[in-house]
Formats: sequence, C-alpha cells, structure tokens
Amino acid sequence: MRHDGSRIETVAAWTLALLWLLPLAYCFWSAFHPAEYATRFDLTAPLTLENFARAWRQAPFARYYLNTVLLVTMVLAGQLVIATLAAYAFARFRFVGRDIVFGLVLVQLMIMPDVLIVENYRVVSGLNLLDTIPAIALPYMASAFGIFLLRQTFKSVPNELVEAARVEGASSFGVLWRVFVPLGKTTYIAFGLVSVSYHWNNFLWPLIVTNSVESRPLTVGLAVFGAPETGVDWSVITAATIMTMAPLLLAFLLFQRQFVQSFMRAGIR
Amino acid sequence: MVAAAMISARPKTAKRLRWAANANAWLLLLPALVLLATFTHYPILATLYHSFFSLGRSGPATFVGIENYQAMLEDDVFWQVLRNNLVFALATVPASIALALLMAVWVDRKITGRSFLRLAFFTPTVLPMIAVANIWLFFYTPDYGLLDQILRFFGFSGHNWLGDPGTVMTCLIVMVVWKEAGFFMIFYLAALQTIPPELKEAASVEGAGRWYFFRRVTLPLLMPTTLFISINALINSFKLVDQLVIMTKGGPNNASSLLLYYIYEVAFNFWDTTYAATLTVTLIAILAVIAITKFVYLDRRIHYQ
Repeated sequence: MRHDGSRIETVAAWTLALLWLLPLAYCFWSAFHPAEYATRFDLTAPLTLENFARAWRQAPFARYYLNTVLLVTMVLAGQLVIATLAAYAFARFRFVGRDIVFGLVLVQLMIMPDVLIVENYRVVSGLNLLDTIPAIALPYMASAFGIFLLRQTFKSVPNELVEAARVEGASSFGVLWRVFVPLGKTTYIAFGLVSVSYHWNNFLWPLIVTNSVESRPLTVGLAVFGAPETGVDWSVITAATIMTMAPLLLAFLLFQRQFVQSFMRAGIR
Repeated sequence: MVAAAMISARPKTAKRLRWAANANAWLLLLPALVLLATFTHYPILATLYHSFFSLGRSGPATFVGIENYQAMLEDDVFWQVLRNNLVFALATVPASIALALLMAVWVDRKITGRSFLRLAFFTPTVLPMIAVANIWLFFYTPDYGLLDQILRFFGFSGHNWLGDPGTVMTCLIVMVVWKEAGFFMIFYLAALQTIPPELKEAASVEGAGRWYFFRRVTLPLLMPTTLFISINALINSFKLVDQLVIMTKGGPNNASSLLLYYIYEVAFNFWDTTYAATLTVTLIAILAVIAITKFVYLDRRIHYQ
C-alpha cells in the first residue's frame, strides 16, 4: 500500500518535471528544425542550424553579446568594490551615525532602482549618459543587497585574525585585503552569480535608457528583433531566444550546485 | 614620570584615533553613499516633489498641489491596473508557493531521478523573463500555437488567449508561476533539510501517517519559510512587467496591465512624467507597506543562518 503511494508520487513528480521542461524543449525543437516543422512534431524532421545563422545575420547579435558582457562585468566589478568598502566600514568601524546611514542604505532593498525608472531616467539624462552602457549600470552599482551580505560576512570574522594582521603591521586597508576579502569568498561567489544572472536578464531599465545597437544588451536586442511588426519567422526567433539565454543556461547546467546555493544564500540574506 | 606622561597622552591619542576611524569609515562609504543618494534617495524625493507639479510643456512647471492625485483617483485605468496587480499577486503568490512546497517535498525524498527533477523545476529561474515571454507567446498564439494545437487534437476550437480580456490574465499568471515556483522550491528544500530526522522516526514509531506528519509537524515548522517566500513573491508581483512588453503591451484594453507597466507607459509613451511620478509614489507606498510588514512580522521571528 505504502509502496503504491510512493510510486504514484514518483509518476506525478516526473509528469510535473516534464511539463516544466516542455516550454524549453519546445523552444529547442523549433530552433533546431526547419521552419515548416515549427509546429509539426515529426521525429524524422531534419536538424538544422540555419535558424541560428539567419538570426545572427539579421540582427547585430555579436554586438549585443559584447554589450551584455560589458554591462555585466561593469556592474559586477563596481558592485564588488563599492560593497566591499562600505561593508567593511559598517562591520568594523564605529562612527557617528552608523545606524542611520545603514538604514539609509537598506532603503534600496525596499525600493529598488527597477521602480524608480521615471526619475532615474531624468538623472541619467542630466548626466548626459542616455543610450550608453554606464547608464544601464549606474543605478545598480551601489548594491544595498551586496553591502548587507558582505557586512554580515565581515562581522563574523574573528577578531584574533584582525589583531594578528595588525601586529604584523598591516594598515586597515591591508587588513581588509588580506583578511576580510579572502574570508568572504563564498559570499562573493554567491553575490556574483546572483548579480550576473540578474543583469544578464534585466530588461525594462535597459529598454528605457538605450536606443541604439551600440548600447543595447541582448535582452533588449531580442525584444526588438522578435517584435511582431518585424515579421521574422518563429523558428528564427526561438533561435535568437536560445542565443540570448544560452551562456547563462550553460553556466547553470555546469555549476548547478553553486547556482542553487548562491540563489538561496542571497535570497535568505 | 613615564607612567604619568602616558596617562596624559592617552586621551589625546584615543581622540585622534577615533577621529581617524571616523574619517576612514566615511571615506570607505563615500562611493556607495554618493551612488545611493543619486539613484535611490534623490529619485524617491524627486518623485514625490514632481508629483505635486503639472507638466511644463509650454513653459515652467507649476505647482498644482494634490491635483495629480485627484486625477489619479478619477483615472479608471489606474484602478484597473491596481485591481489587475491585486489579482496577479493573489493568484501567483499562493499558486507558486503551493507548487514550490510540493516540489520541495518530492525532491527532498529518495525519489527516482531526484537531481533531474530538481534541475527541471529550477531551470526556469535562471532564464531571462524576456526569453520566457517569447516562448510562451508562441504557446498562446491563436490557431497554430502549441496550446491551440493540443486543444484541437482533443476536438476543441482555437482561441485568442492573449487577445481575450477574459483569459489574458490567467495566461500570464500560469507563465509567472512556471517561472517562479522552482526558485521558491529551494528555500523550502533548505528548510526541510533542517527538520531533524528523529522527529520523523518518532512519528512513525507512534504510528503517524505521512500526511498527518506533514500537516502537524512539517507544515508548522515551515511557517517562517512560507512567510518569507510570500513576502518576496508579493514584492515580485509588483516588479515583474517585462513579459507585458513582449506579450500584450498591457492589452487588450489594459486587461493585463500592471502598475509598473502603466507607469512605464505613462512616462515613456505618453511622456506625462508628472503623472508617472504620482503613480510611482503609489507604488513606492505599496512597497514600503510590504517592507514594513515584513520587518515587523518576519525579521523578528526568523533567525537567519
């Protein structure tokens, strides 16, 4: 009796999992087959890479890739440096107004740049940065979330290690670099993976501030390419869709455990 | 002598040290604070400020008091997107939580193909919403989309799923649940793994069935996780609008529009930035209420890590 129950559960779990993969499987089917098989599921259908070639020809995807890679790198590098410095200050210094300033930082956790599109557009345009990659990156550079995570990590560093480095004559910057940063490795990886995934996938803000091929990231490029007005073939659009998500999907498949753990650590805070 | 000199020197050094520490800390914080002030604090205040002005299309902007807010309260579209957002939240939050819990319970057990199942459930989380929207758009395409083909196979007729105000919201909700459930699953999974196995052994010795154990032990122990996920899902339901740009543009007739998407439309299609600011104030207020609720009910009860 009990055995039957668990067998039914296994079947149910598998059904749900296959259902969950169906949209993705379908996308791959259509991207790797000629257009006439986009909606016809015939196992003898020939495989082809033509859809990818056509997508690549019809839109500047190489440039979009470059833009996204630049964007993601710029955001991550900025975030890591800025958050490390700020988290160090919060975790290891006692200064006037620390709690108030920390509260002000946390405001960003509640009201993210994603919802401040109207005024941030004004700010970016005031800085004369419209339609550039830094315009997409800047609102996210100081990440309250990163500061929060790293502060937590830095607070747990034992005082003895800090004292030992001090005795050896390290400056406060030396202590940060040689003690805190190495000990924050897991936090850095977790935050890095979440940040890269987020900005690789981010769409609305880049859509608003970019207007040309030179600054558009992949997501916006895909939206422009796939817009119904353009009349592009469905198969070609699915190929472009796969190109957009492939690097992240591949990284995820290779480093599943790290991804899941990072998303979790980052989410739990 | 020496001791006395040291004693007299100490307060001075200490003071200088404290001053140095203060200066050091502020220097470390400077880049973060400048950026946060420019892209978070100033925009919040500017949003509030601009919401009290009229659009200065022909000349300088003039102070209009609460006129924009009055206009907002009389704007049928505003009420509709608010209602839509409420429906969207009330549907996606419980559905994705229930599914996430189910998935986590399955994957937590010794089930055949466990890592494959976990992979299948989690994968949608790492995909860009814009790619997901593209795929699902074709699912819902009338007549030759996958959904209609399956229905036709069973003898039903085609339907314009995204073009019908009666079905468009459900379609989007299903898609978002698909995208989010796997993400919430991992939190349940982590929580399930902290439940001591002795509890289960004790329960089975007592003759308690699995369902009874789940209801009486597991579910209460997962309560903090459920609260945590609900709040995050709720916040997400006010942030997720990428799919609308691709799939429906808020249509038909605003039937699928959400508050943030309406803000985007008002600001960047109609270029009515002061009204968009007024709407943003509403959104900020909603998010602030959620955050305060979270702080009061959640952060006190759970002890992280």
